[in-house]
Amino acid sequence: MFGFSLRPRKASASTAKERLQILLAHERSGSGGARPDCLPQLQREILEVIRRHMQIGDEAIDIRMERGDELSSLEINIEFPGKLGMN
Amino acid sequence: MSKDLKLEEPLGKVIVVTSGKGGVGKTTTSAAVGAELARRGHKTVVIDFDVGLRNLDMIMGCERRVVFDFINVIQGDAKLKQALIRDRRLETLSVLPTSQTRDKDALTKDGVQKVLEELRQEFDYIICDSPAGIERGAQMAMHFADEAIVVTNPEVSSVRDSDRVLGLLNSITDRAGKAGAEPVKAHVLITRHDKSRISNGEMMKVEDVLEVLAEPLLGIIPESKAVLRASNLGVPVVLDDPSAAATAYEDAVGRLIGEQIEMRIAADRRPGLLQRLFGRAV
Repeated sequence: MFGFSLRPRKASASTAKERLQILLAHERSGSGGARPDCLPQLQREILEVIRRHMQIGDEAIDIRMERGDELSSLEINIEFPGKLGMN
Repeated sequence: MSKDLKLEEPLGKVIVVTSGKGGVGKTTTSAAVGAELARRGHKTVVIDFDVGLRNLDMIMGCERRVVFDFINVIQGDAKLKQALIRDRRLETLSVLPTSQTRDKDALTKDGVQKVLEELRQEFDYIICDSPAGIERGAQMAMHFADEAIVVTNPEVSSVRDSDRVLGLLNSITDRAGKAGAEPVKAHVLITRHDKSRISNGEMMKVEDVLEVLAEPLLGIIPESKAVLRASNLGVPVVLDDPSAAATAYEDAVGRLIGEQIEMRIAADRRPGLLQRLFGRAV
């Protein structure tokens, strides 16, 4: 039933190594200034700036991150009511 | 507690995965049980309580996507919604990672309770992945549990620690302290079960473990190469290729949600005479 036992055992170990290298490089260096600890502050500051122009709640912001080997991405979504109160 | 007049959605169930001893398979179990519940369509979140030694994110394969964590939510730096990481394979599955930089004192009883109450509204199952030991982190993970999966290896120190943990579940948890509340419903999950080492007497038999612990058996997870492979890949073992461990976790989850499934000890097929003879219990 389980005829896969000879399939890539080596491949899974090298995937593990790659994943660790990428993660640990980020954890050690806080690369690109994007240390996890700076994100709450970043979030507060973004909210502050946006609030100068629009009325939005604390939950209106959603920050997503994807750490990569050579490139990381930060995705920031701001939701606001359809008829928003532009100042 | 609930109001009689209003039809309310049932609240989610909090299940702690705990063991006392380290290295027995708590995080593997949390990931597998969470993923299997989600695969069956139940909205499930798995929370890492091992503050300072974050690992659930690695096992679930979302380590590169952590932005905010459990501690940020407790301390008000992020909303719960902002810290939850939605699994890319199953939309019913989420992970709440813990902090890698703080320590366990950041977990407050009030903070944990608030987060769990919010999660109960949103999810059917909340799986709390406990740290090893019986200190603060482990106590916080079990405190608000409705049920507990006590992960045990068929080996003396693990069984002894499990017994200690069962004692704590019955004495220091929220349910233990509330007059009239049902006690935490405990299940024993035997992991790293090695048939050949049991048959030659090196490892304790399942019935011996259960006799000592005197709690119902949720399942028997065989020692399996599939578990290491799944960790390497960051895939809960039930979502990777079929394996004996995956089958065993699927059965365990079925029992957890009340299905009657006969206890069986699955084994991966490997070359070798013994395996040929005994490996067909699948």
